[in-house]
Amino acid sequence: MAESLLSTPLADLHAALGARMVPFAGYAMPVQYPRGIIAEHRACREKAALFDVSHMGQALLEGEGAAAALERLCPADVLGLKPGRQRYALLLNSEGGIEDDLMVANLGARLFLVVNASRKALDFAAIGEVLPAGARLSPLPDRALLALQGPDAGRILAGIAPDTAAMRFLDVIETVLDGAPAIVARSGYTGEDGFEISLPAEAAEPLARRLLAAGAEAAGLGARDSLRLEAGLCLYGSDLDSTTSPVEAGLAWTIGKRRRVAWDFAGAARVREELAKGPRRRRVGILPEGRQPARAGTPVLKDGAPVGTITSGTFGPSLDAPCAMGYVAPEAAEDGTAVTLDLRGRPVPARVTPLPFIPHRVLR
Amino acid sequence: MLRFTKDHEWIRLEDGVATVGITDHAQQALGDVVFVELPAPGREVSAGEAVAVVESVKAASDVYAPVAGRVVEANAALSADPGLVNRDPTGGGWFFRLSGVEEAALAGLMDEAAYAAFVENAA
Repeated sequence: MAESLLSTPLADLHAALGARMVPFAGYAMPVQYPRGIIAEHRACREKAALFDVSHMGQALLEGEGAAAALERLCPADVLGLKPGRQRYALLLNSEGGIEDDLMVANLGARLFLVVNASRKALDFAAIGEVLPAGARLSPLPDRALLALQGPDAGRILAGIAPDTAAMRFLDVIETVLDGAPAIVARSGYTGEDGFEISLPAEAAEPLARRLLAAGAEAAGLGARDSLRLEAGLCLYGSDLDSTTSPVEAGLAWTIGKRRRVAWDFAGAARVREELAKGPRRRRVGILPEGRQPARAGTPVLKDGAPVGTITSGTFGPSLDAPCAMGYVAPEAAEDGTAVTLDLRGRPVPARVTPLPFIPHRVLR
Repeated sequence: MLRFTKDHEWIRLEDGVATVGITDHAQQALGDVVFVELPAPGREVSAGEAVAVVESVKAASDVYAPVAGRVVEANAALSADPGLVNRDPTGGGWFFRLSGVEEAALAGLMDEAAYAAFVENAA
């Protein structure tokens, strides 16, 4: 492993558990543990899995005008986000391209942001530029982030923090976990019920060990990817990039109602036009026939002509079949459209399908 | 005679027929195998040619013919149960068989000790 890689506060635990570490967004991260991706994936769907996502960017945004400033870059309704609630949001550039996808939580006096590891420096710089004098953004590089996901997650965490038991999907609380100040959100990236827990670095390993002892299985980035893909959730850098618009990505639902009246966010002109006239490509689910996964970059054809490209593809362990998502021209985006994938030179029939592939089971 | 390649295939030669698969090290590195694409019997392959594909949850990898020959059989059991590659990589998880292989063709490949040292050094 290159020495320039950063490590998370759980590096010793990963080593003790026998994780295979890979470089990801500048960090040494566990891709899988000895039981393997399929076992870890199933543990998350059937009981509970614990992911170290401490590489992600965390920050507090506070002060006069902070929420309004974030709305300049972000078409979500941030001002209308109630205390104790969290929301999925997008950061846009002036051309309407997605600079990142993030979670925004209202902690009462301040906002708590979780952004992608690979984008945090850019995001924090962009947000810093639009802040008025009375507001400030404080990155939290010394905090760990653990994701506890799966049908047993609620029971396991309630045994340690009883005040999490009453939380519903996208609720967020500040609490004390094992003596450490924690921010707990009932959300995740797997399509299952679960939590994302932000806490000081030194508190991360003791809590992780308690969660594992209580029945959660350690799971790596490999399972995280197959879980999110089955759940139809985007991966920034694969399914979203700075050229993709919210409308193309099927994420226009993240645009607040009030924002669709005022159109006062970066890139609003493109978003407005695409909502009115339709985008030139749409993100869709794609199910290949057979057992062979179609990976990112696989060309999608319809009636012999290229209509798009796969952006993420894997073998879905819960689906017990390959699944993929990608962008296709509007005329090929209808559910059920028959397409052909060029799998390493071999034509494979596939079908455009609605997302997610596995229904979400969050606690609404 | 059992030999190994730098691409982590093994090849076992018995009576002019060579059986080829991927090594235990390779299957561990790949993780859970979910799909294997095999060459059609009758295909003539040259040494170093990509002739099969092994896919794990994470990624697809080529499998190369360690030597030239003619494909006489592909392991049909892998279509129904690709996990055989993980469970028994050097036995039931074999990929394909080549005929017309001379012992001399294996001369440039590694024996078990040399391959173990190769894997050790690459780690």
